[in-house]
Amino acid sequence: MSNIHVTTTINGDSVEYLCAPEETLLDVLRDRLGMTGSKEGCGTGDCGACSVTVDGRLVCSCLMLGAEAEGREIATIEGMAAGEVLHPLQRKFLEHAALQCGICTPGILVAAKALLEKNPDPSEEETRYWLAGNLCRCTGYDKVIRAVMDAAAEMREAS
Amino acid sequence: MVKVRIWGSLAAFTGDRTEVEVEAGNLRELLDGLAADFPGLRPQLDRGVSVAIDGRVYNDSWFTPIEPDSEVVLLSRLKGG
Amino acid sequence: MALDKNPETARSFKLVGTRPLRPDGIDKVTGRARFGADMSAPGMLVGRVLRSPHAHARIVSIDTSRAEALQGVKAIVTRADFPAEVPEAVADILDNCMAGRTAFYDGHAVAAVAASSAAVARKALKLIEVTYEILPHVTDVDAAMRPDAPVLHPGRADESVPEGTPGNVISRVQYGHGDPETGFAEADRVVERSFRTAATHQGYIEPHACLATMGADGQADLWCCTQGHYMVRGTCAAILGIEAGQLRVTASEIGGGFGGKTTVFLEPVALALARKAGRPVKMVMSREEVLRASGPTASTSIDVKIGMTKDGRITGAAAELRYQGGAYPGSPVEMGTMSAFAPYDLKNVRTVGWDVVTNRPKQAAYRAPGAPMAAFAVESVVDELARGFGLDPLDVRLKNAAREGTRSSYGPTFPAIGLEATLRAAKDHPHWSAPLGEGQGRGVACGFWFNFGGDTCVSLNVNPDGTVSLSEGNPDIGGSRASMTMMAAEELGIPYEQVRTVIADTASLGQNEVTDGSRVTFAVGLATIEAARAAKRVMCERAAMVWGIDPEAVIWEDGAAKPAGPNAGKFEPMTLADIAAIASNTGGPIAGHHEVNAEGAGVSFGTHIVDTEIDRDTGAVKILRYTVFQDAGCAVHPAYVEGQFQGGAVQGIGWALNEEYIYGEDGVLQNPGFLDYRVPVASDLPMIDTMILEIPNPGHPYGVRGVGETPIVPPLAAIANSVADAAGIRMTDLPMSPPKVLAALQAGAAGN
Repeated sequence: MSNIHVTTTINGDSVEYLCAPEETLLDVLRDRLGMTGSKEGCGTGDCGACSVTVDGRLVCSCLMLGAEAEGREIATIEGMAAGEVLHPLQRKFLEHAALQCGICTPGILVAAKALLEKNPDPSEEETRYWLAGNLCRCTGYDKVIRAVMDAAAEMREAS
Repeated sequence: MVKVRIWGSLAAFTGDRTEVEVEAGNLRELLDGLAADFPGLRPQLDRGVSVAIDGRVYNDSWFTPIEPDSEVVLLSRLKGG
Repeated sequence: MALDKNPETARSFKLVGTRPLRPDGIDKVTGRARFGADMSAPGMLVGRVLRSPHAHARIVSIDTSRAEALQGVKAIVTRADFPAEVPEAVADILDNCMAGRTAFYDGHAVAAVAASSAAVARKALKLIEVTYEILPHVTDVDAAMRPDAPVLHPGRADESVPEGTPGNVISRVQYGHGDPETGFAEADRVVERSFRTAATHQGYIEPHACLATMGADGQADLWCCTQGHYMVRGTCAAILGIEAGQLRVTASEIGGGFGGKTTVFLEPVALALARKAGRPVKMVMSREEVLRASGPTASTSIDVKIGMTKDGRITGAAAELRYQGGAYPGSPVEMGTMSAFAPYDLKNVRTVGWDVVTNRPKQAAYRAPGAPMAAFAVESVVDELARGFGLDPLDVRLKNAAREGTRSSYGPTFPAIGLEATLRAAKDHPHWSAPLGEGQGRGVACGFWFNFGGDTCVSLNVNPDGTVSLSEGNPDIGGSRASMTMMAAEELGIPYEQVRTVIADTASLGQNEVTDGSRVTFAVGLATIEAARAAKRVMCERAAMVWGIDPEAVIWEDGAAKPAGPNAGKFEPMTLADIAAIASNTGGPIAGHHEVNAEGAGVSFGTHIVDTEIDRDTGAVKILRYTVFQDAGCAVHPAYVEGQFQGGAVQGIGWALNEEYIYGEDGVLQNPGFLDYRVPVASDLPMIDTMILEIPNPGHPYGVRGVGETPIVPPLAAIANSVADAAGIRMTDLPMSPPKVLAALQAGAAGN
């Protein structure tokens, strides 16, 4: 079967690639574009390590085909910091020691950013339910939740 | 002589004694002495053991000194995660 | 040996105990950090494994000819591509990585292929024809111990197993002292109960992954996610019959391990494929493969009998523990047997353990291997007795607590230990006295872990510009670069930012024990401090040369060499940067290194309190509040110590409430995915409160004690005890999943 030509936007840049019809967006990002920040923890949409946003909507990139990215706006962890300036969420994750091994961190950050764009003032419970699709096996989520809520507070003050 | 406590299931190889005496000034002499005096312990010693000397656990350091009045306890080889 | 004769436990620290940002942090929050699957090489092939669909089957034949003919297939390996004879120490590991004559479990590797793309590799696997002769199987530990059970490895039982014991029992171990029967006779009440715990998986989010290159000359390079790349080197070299020195292993960033990455699965296979294909081969497990074929922990069946007087004194204690560790010998039953009653000061105690094989994946170490299940059983019975007498369960534990001078249940007399301190801290904590709502319960349990040290190498280089490079050989699994950097900077008296720590490959440092046994902050920290001290000695010598005085007359203080006193002469201090700048003029580059087998690690205790609420309609158990109390000796970076406490507690919560390997009648794993193998998610949990106690470990220069494993030991029982308090039901079969809790509630209601 022949490959499909896709034109899309990733982290604000126009990108073109060829992919097989059955290839996931995650495989395209990692294997064709060298963007290995999105991780594959399960390949079945259960762990959230591959989280990206597509036209602003949070998606598991392992559940979406690369071909489906045609004409969309994709945002990945690689686009989260502005050059050397970290996003407040990234900074707060470091300050709160909200990561141990760090494999789930890109997905959680992307998911948390999507949360704060929808709801700048989430309760702890709202934060926990929003992030319920992102598995972390190291931290027990305590510091992750604190970091997200603290980043939200800082972002509210700044705006 | 050093008194060595061994775990219960090893007593089958020491004439039902769970405490035996071995001439040893360090860990290597202790393990060699046990193997020489109680050949039935050899398979277990070969598979590996840990040794608690005065409450601290040692696995391999042959020349860890053992005082005559040290408390010495043979343990299953410890493995961690 | 590790024991520091002059522990500086009373010293005040500048950096140790603070919370600086981790040095690898920016890489990890920006997606730049490279984990196992993130590496690629020019000309790289994709490796995939064909796995047995049967729980137990003889491999009659494997025909790879059709697969080999497929365009894009570059190599196929089966067991025939590995040496017929390997050292005994790695024989089972090889058999687990690639089955020989028999497939011992659902998911057991039988062949592997390297192809030009994942699609070709998948297609090739379907073209490999394996003829199996299906054999009877057994996956349950008690069933495997019955005389009529199919036997996996006839003749493998060792000399500890009594004659006539069924064939899947590989070894028997017994610990204890005194006579439990005498103790039971002195008791006012004796409770005897049987418990079962399901196998759980370490559940690291990063699947196993590696990238291997191997030339015809035997030189090989391997990149992989592992808890110990030196272990990978030694094991792979032994399995493949190559020299360890020719194999360079580089540890990637590691996406969780918890013990599950202390052995090899893919690595020897990837090397064999790379050798055969003459091209680099990358292999990454799917989640299904991780669950079917990498190490879960043992499932267990445990009987506990404890006698207690009505004032709460334990008079006698006995336990029989049966652990199945999958298809090969080596379940962690010995450590369960040793640790079961470790928190208690007992006159009469006996534990017996049985190591059993079944048709399941070979278990791998999981955080305090063997201890959580034993603690679940023992702590449940202690709780039942305490409640039965109307006694405060914390008071009962305090009354019986092991302390300095207690002869432990596994033999040695305890030195100074922190159990009592954690119990008192728990009793004084507001959590213990907080009011509970209707239908809520509170439970408490203690946990113990040994901790250890092992081979460790650290090298510290003073750079010409006055910065410091630290090389260590243990993958950073939870912030250890930060704590090593802190200890080096503390010892040198320089800013944290002036030191950069890297994880060296196997060619760059001597042997390092795996990142396990809660050893890294203890052992690598110790070697780091000693390496820094060695560098300081060199720098003092250099200053002495410049000043023309005796090296003994120079001391190191606040990051600079200084004359030791007025008699030494009057010289301006020379900072580390000053001395580094003239290193070439004073003898050459300055470095310190330390190589040690850091033995003599201190044991660790913790106490957990948990509040739960039970949904009487569904049987779901909700964790309302959780507090961990544990002795860390000295918390170098308290945020990461808290993180260990919190993460361990939550893994224990998963083990207690949801996680389990479910096998069908056919011996096939029914839930090999995160949807059905349910680990805790954020919405299941409250914040996990922690209290770090610091009772210095005399075996470490700064008093550090390993902290990583103990936190998973108490939660199973603490939650069961909380459920008993909340609903009056004693759950003895883990996990306490909603259907089981509901059935127990209904049985309780029917009984009333």
